[in-house]
Amino acid sequence: MDINLLTIFILAIFVGNEVISKVPPTLHTPLMSGSNAISGIAVVGAMLAIEMGGTLGTYLGLAALIFATINVVGGFLVTDRMLKMFKKK
Amino acid sequence: MNLFYLIAATCFIIGLKRLSHPKTARSGNIIAAVGMLIAIVATLVSSDILDLRLIAIGLIIGSTIGALFAARVEMTQMPQMVAIFNGFGGGASALVASSEFFTTTNSPFLIVCISVFIGTLTFSGSFIAFGKLQGFISGKPIVFKGQQFFNALAFGGIIILLSINNLGTLDSQSIFYAVLALSFLLGMGLVIPIGGADMPVVISLLNAYSGIAATATGFLIGNNGLIISGSLVGASGLILTNIMCKGMNRSLANVIFGAVGLEVISDGSQKKMNIKSYSTTEAAMILDSAEKIIIVPGYGLAVARAQYVAREVADTLEAKGKKVLYGIHPVAGRMPGHMNVLLAEANVSYDLLKSLDEINPEFEDCDVALVLGANDVVNPAARHDQSSPIYGMPILDVDKSRTVIINKRTMNTGFAGIQNELFGYDNSIMVFGDAKDMLNDLLKEIKEL
Repeated sequence: MDINLLTIFILAIFVGNEVISKVPPTLHTPLMSGSNAISGIAVVGAMLAIEMGGTLGTYLGLAALIFATINVVGGFLVTDRMLKMFKKK
Repeated sequence: MNLFYLIAATCFIIGLKRLSHPKTARSGNIIAAVGMLIAIVATLVSSDILDLRLIAIGLIIGSTIGALFAARVEMTQMPQMVAIFNGFGGGASALVASSEFFTTTNSPFLIVCISVFIGTLTFSGSFIAFGKLQGFISGKPIVFKGQQFFNALAFGGIIILLSINNLGTLDSQSIFYAVLALSFLLGMGLVIPIGGADMPVVISLLNAYSGIAATATGFLIGNNGLIISGSLVGASGLILTNIMCKGMNRSLANVIFGAVGLEVISDGSQKKMNIKSYSTTEAAMILDSAEKIIIVPGYGLAVARAQYVAREVADTLEAKGKKVLYGIHPVAGRMPGHMNVLLAEANVSYDLLKSLDEINPEFEDCDVALVLGANDVVNPAARHDQSSPIYGMPILDVDKSRTVIINKRTMNTGFAGIQNELFGYDNSIMVFGDAKDMLNDLLKEIKEL
């Protein structure tokens, strides 16, 4: 396994832990839907999979692309819809 | 190319950082979305993709479905929506890994299998969770004989398949399909025995899985963007899982394998309680003479869509010069932070929404705690009664207020299946009735006083 990828992985876990433990309980639902949208980053992998071609691989990539795009678009939009509601009098 | 993924990842981290306050949160979400756009455009431009048509089709179909979901979903349905999105995320990772497996001959087979395993398990588990939350499948724990054995068998089977891979006894395609099938069954088997009350833990955990699946796929295709983003989501999901478990005073293992809520624990030594039932007129008078009031909403309030009239009651009391706060238990809703969203939707100012740690000291000098549809989370037995099934669970200390007004439909028990000793306390009064009707009456009475 590539040590560079592993390094990035370990550092990302620490950053994630640090940043997310500061999110207040009030915003835990938007945190979940927002991070959900971020996990839709698989969209990048899906596009690369389509590019590689080969019929079966391409169609699997297309299915992945649809799934991941639902995640990205739906996730960011619904998070925005929720965060809009958080107002202070 | 990796430069753009680095920019995207930075946007994600800044976006999550801005979620630390409701004031900056919305811009944070937009920054994260811009990061995603950068990653997508960079991938499109820099690689010589032959078939842009297919990509356009995928993006359009996915965006349309996603946007429809986001626009239509009710705030009470957020848990289902997040569950289904977790499933799509996990499914996408598994599909990318499968595509890699079928097109690239030298892809590391172990990582392919790990990606497919976590992704597929997230997919099938999330759809069971969705079905339970939406009411397609019974929200009660579904347990069959030998369930643990079945799950252990599926998991053991996957491990064995992966270890015999090196021996060359089976071809990799057969192993791939077997892992896929077993992961699918395991995802279902793990979620189906879990009851409605434990759903916040399950959704958080599936959220973490969807992140881990993306990370595994990132390792497979050597993509930094996927590794970083997946790790962020994985960390987020695990932190929330931990908070939810603490909120219920259960270990993760207990939630996954415990199937609590199945049998109602009947406490034979039930003490006779002296219940005082008051009318809304009397409750209105008590509230009118109070100075500091804390509202404790439970999920029942949101189910009755009574949070709007609750906010009107609070506004009226505030207009009379009283201090009104809201005490929110971590597991008040069906997912982390759910109750806060439901109250924000009803235009409750976010600075009035207090978490368990913030609100508990406030009960000491509180005149009236108004408990609306909450039960187990305000049961003082959790503090002192070692024989109680909820002993040790963090609760809102409403009993420390001068008066506790509790609205309930009936004397029925909460999720834990136990009677709440708070109802018999000297400073407790009950106002029976449907939350919405009761609050409407209360609003009228308070205005007339």
